[in-house]
Amino acid sequence: MKEIVVISGKGGCGKTSVTAGLAYVGSPDIVIGDADVDAADMHLLMAPENTNAEDFYSGKLAVVEQKQCVLCRKCISHCYFDAIAINDGRLEINPLDCEGCGLCTHICPTNALRMETQKAGVLYVSTSRTGAPMVHAKLDIGADNSGKLVTKVRNTSRAIAEQKGKSIILTDGPPGIGCPVIAALSGASLVLIVTEPTTAGYHDMLRVHDLVKKMNVQMALVLNKAGLNADFEQKIHEFAKNHDIIDLGELPYDPIFSKSISEGLTIPEMDNEDLKQRFNSIWKDLMALSQ
Amino acid sequence: MRKKIAIASGKGGTGKTSVSVNLAAQLSDTLNPDSQHVALVDLDVEEPNSLLFFKDAERFYHDDESRPVPVWDEKACTLCNKCSQVCEFNAIAFLGTKVLVFPDLCHSCHACSVLCPEDALPMQEKRMGELSYYKPTQSNLSLSEYRLDIGQPSAVPLISSAIKRINQIPGDNQIFLLDAPPGTSCPMMEIVKSSDFVLLVTEPTPFGLHDLQLAVETVEKIDRPMAVVLNKAGSGADHLIDNFCELEGIPIIARIPQSRKVAEAYSRGELVYKINDEFHEIYKSFSEDLVNMLKTLDLE
Repeated sequence: MKEIVVISGKGGCGKTSVTAGLAYVGSPDIVIGDADVDAADMHLLMAPENTNAEDFYSGKLAVVEQKQCVLCRKCISHCYFDAIAINDGRLEINPLDCEGCGLCTHICPTNALRMETQKAGVLYVSTSRTGAPMVHAKLDIGADNSGKLVTKVRNTSRAIAEQKGKSIILTDGPPGIGCPVIAALSGASLVLIVTEPTTAGYHDMLRVHDLVKKMNVQMALVLNKAGLNADFEQKIHEFAKNHDIIDLGELPYDPIFSKSISEGLTIPEMDNEDLKQRFNSIWKDLMALSQ
Repeated sequence: MRKKIAIASGKGGTGKTSVSVNLAAQLSDTLNPDSQHVALVDLDVEEPNSLLFFKDAERFYHDDESRPVPVWDEKACTLCNKCSQVCEFNAIAFLGTKVLVFPDLCHSCHACSVLCPEDALPMQEKRMGELSYYKPTQSNLSLSEYRLDIGQPSAVPLISSAIKRINQIPGDNQIFLLDAPPGTSCPMMEIVKSSDFVLLVTEPTPFGLHDLQLAVETVEKIDRPMAVVLNKAGSGADHLIDNFCELEGIPIIARIPQSRKVAEAYSRGELVYKINDEFHEIYKSFSEDLVNMLKTLDLE
């Protein structure tokens, strides 16, 4: 079983459009994972059905037992996240500031504080409208631990791929280079970087490349929005060539991308032969690389 | 007036950075006669890009940013294993004869260090990124950038450190524009929490709408006033955003039309607010409306 994770560093390079297009083309062999858990959009194109939802618990928050609290302020002076305060004679914990470290519960002389596990989101297992199983998630507003939810999406995708005999997991990754991305990359078979020929797209691709290199995963690249800036297009292709990144070619800067999103369709479903062929050929190349 | 304005978006690539840099430059032009200073702070620490739009900016200050993590003092340790038991983040492993600290998993909460009966886990500063202050030559604004080291898992400690520094900058006539990371989780919240006002940049597609809804929910939870910037207007389904904002009672403070010319200028790292009269007018009235909104905040 192989897992292809699609990332971009910079948001808005077309990561989800590319992933959804490839998921459409490769549908019979794959499980689709959406690991962009704090702004998951894949479901808007793949219209998943028969959804099984499961609450995701992770991380803890401190809770006060008012009766036991003597307002000694010891917890307030020890909290490094300034999450505790006294309001109207009551000890209050701001759940948005509480890091869940538990230090206050250990130092409280009257045992007035305890930790409670929090619901951090929901994990969904569904069938996409193309028939491929799909695993996606929604992080609760203000919840921590998006990295752990990403790991949960990936582990569930793997279990379902095994169960249904699918050879490929195609995962839409989160933007950036931090914790959720690291969680999305560890142990992946292949990373597909979607980039764009802009100064910001190029700069972010360099940072994401450094991260993937550290994690020792094979990289391939698709240059989206081609036609916008010839200099950066050349720079990106050269960078790929010189850094052992498999260059899978270009997709054009074209209003068809936002049009397809508005219609709830993937790019290969739009009326454009050239783009259909490009998605087919990118998928074929990815399959050859995953062998 | 002293205000911090978060510029955020649920979805990446809606034009958050583009709006930040152009608005900052225009706001600085608009407000300069009132001796009101504008500072653009790039807090998209995983992928900071604002500087790319001020190519001639001169760096006048640079420093490491660090955070405290525990370091094991083998001599003082009695191998009681309390540290690994209290750590909620699995950042400490007790191996029977020694204690291993994983700094990447550490949240700098100090629990192990405070609770160790032998003081065998003193906290020591460890680098997580860097900060740079710049002075662009073509504008009166100042620019600071916070950049997370590659491989560092969490953006939040760097962002909190940046916000502490901003709060220490003196002066009543300061407007800080904080370019936030995409998404709605901890890094974005950390910035919204410390702001007086939030601008949410979106695009007129179902993706834009979906992620805007999440961003609005987050800002409402933290209870901050907000306005929406509709970028790439006319490229898709503007009514999606219009309807949602009307329903929620959120003002659309600016509409920036989709334009290939602007996309090309952006790709080269050029400020677009002066490329033609139409965009200049849009950013001018955007700046004026923003200042007026900020003034009403003080009246309330």
